Amino acid sequence: MDVVQQLVNGVFLGSIYAVFAVGYTLVFGVLGVVNLAHSGVFMLAAAITYGLVAFHGAPLWLAAPAGLLAAAGLGLVIELGALRPLRRRQAPEIAPLISTIGLSLVFVALVEQSRGGGWLSFVWRDGANSVRFPAGTVPDRVWHVGRLAMPADKVATVVISVLLMAVLGVVVNRTQVGRAMRAVAENPRAACLLGIDVDRIVLWTVVASSAMAGLAGILYGVTIGDISPYIGRDQVELRGLAVIVLGGVGSIRGSIVAAYLLGMVEVLALLGFGANVRAAVAFAALFGMLVVRPGGLFASPAAERA
Amino acid sequence: MTFVTSLFTDPQGWYRAHQLLVGQMGVNALLAISIWVTLFAGQLTLANIGFMAIGGYTTVILAAHAHAPLVLSAGAGCALAAGTALMVGLPALRLRGVFLAIATIGFSEFLRFGLILNLPITGKGQGLANPAADPAAIWPVWASVAVAAWLGWRVKATRAGVAWAAIAEDEVAARSGGIDTTRYKLAAFMIGAVLAAWAGALDAHMNFFIDPAEYGFNRAAFVLVLAVVGGVATVVGPILGAIVLTALPEAVRAAASYRDVLFGTLLIAIVVFRPEGIVGRRRQSPVAGALRWPWTAPGPDDG
Repeated sequence: MDVVQQLVNGVFLGSIYAVFAVGYTLVFGVLGVVNLAHSGVFMLAAAITYGLVAFHGAPLWLAAPAGLLAAAGLGLVIELGALRPLRRRQAPEIAPLISTIGLSLVFVALVEQSRGGGWLSFVWRDGANSVRFPAGTVPDRVWHVGRLAMPADKVATVVISVLLMAVLGVVVNRTQVGRAMRAVAENPRAACLLGIDVDRIVLWTVVASSAMAGLAGILYGVTIGDISPYIGRDQVELRGLAVIVLGGVGSIRGSIVAAYLLGMVEVLALLGFGANVRAAVAFAALFGMLVVRPGGLFASPAAERA
Repeated sequence: MTFVTSLFTDPQGWYRAHQLLVGQMGVNALLAISIWVTLFAGQLTLANIGFMAIGGYTTVILAAHAHAPLVLSAGAGCALAAGTALMVGLPALRLRGVFLAIATIGFSEFLRFGLILNLPITGKGQGLANPAADPAAIWPVWASVAVAAWLGWRVKATRAGVAWAAIAEDEVAARSGGIDTTRYKLAAFMIGAVLAAWAGALDAHMNFFIDPAEYGFNRAAFVLVLAVVGGVATVVGPILGAIVLTALPEAVRAAASYRDVLFGTLLIAIVVFRPEGIVGRRRQSPVAGALRWPWTAPGPDDG
């Protein structure tokens, strides 16, 4: 296989990692919490979108927004069910880690147990099996640039991801909500004294973050396929952590760069050394980075708290 | 409910039927104690599963190639785990809180994906058959739990126990109070590693086959959950947590297909409504100080 072709694939893979990891980073940056239910949302959004297309004949342009909406709703569940009660009682740092592991278990088990007949069979009937979108859900077009093959769905993924990053950058840096978010990340008490509704900002952050996890899941499901209850846990959960650390805690720009970097390095490792080495890359980078340069590739002021 | 009733009406029959489960409870209890040691010192590390894999693989490899008896092969696994813990812990323990947790996850998963899945001696991820397996070797597990529990119970009276509690309460204060925090943190990390490797060795000894999938992140999370649900104030909590949560899926077989849903809900409920764990005491956990929520949102009641 051509190295350049693989690098193109790396950019595509990196786009999915980026959309996933930016949501992860957002919650980590603002709340200082690793939300381990994030990967569950990734999986559920893919499953819901798949179910609407496969069982109800919905076109993708209708099913995908529905999946996104569901993902955002799951953000509400995460904040109100697993994070806010703990913040209220000033719980220890590992408490949100454990409550979100609990939620993640519930998400995976619900899908895993859903065959025909149950209440979730509206969107999922395949239990623990992995499925693909029916052929023709997205146009099966491939562009050729020189010797490079560019499937339309993968190009669209890259475009969507870049657009999302741009919008997010504007929201965080230029709008009132973004300013409030950064204030809460810096010092919630001071933000509260300045009249910012901290709980509402946190709620919006978690909802937006979940919507991004959902978007990443849908993009993954449409372009890569093999949707199963375990895609979140196996494909993106720990890679997302690696990206957060590489990019520097709470640094959105850093995690975008780190996500693309990870995508490319993984693709090259796959090409050179096989699938097992590919999987090890993220974890070696994760551990090595934390030990050598805990602030990440682009240490941000927020990382000083670490 | 037959699971619970038959335990009292027919203990021998219950034991025969659930021998595997009793063994797993013991292994999980050892793992929970191993993570408790580091939690007691205020450090959240998730490398225990990696050390468990080191113990398990060393035992099986030595049993297969050198026909070593269990004590020897398990001891070798523990020594290897201790050495690895020293090398990993020295740089990693400079990190705090969630970062330490993430780094140790990275170490564990690298061990699994980078080494175990690629080295010929570990079967390149195909798993390894254990020629010396003895599924009935449950008493060594519970004997180890008893010894570890006794040591854990006594630890508060020792110099190291006081140092760990002080580090958990406030690391900077402990350091300025003359405690060599690096050394004590490293000691806790290594003791946890050795315990986990020992648990892995005994676990592997009970099985005819070991599989790299058993040593994944999910199990690491599960062990943390055992300790925290039980309560980390004393060593009793992790042991009780391991027994209850390992037995729970068996006990509520009626809802077998939804047991993970039940399990997850239970986790959230315990963390939200009883954060100190099943046997913890409110406001008194020695670790609560170090593991506080990264920041505290001003509640409606504190102006």
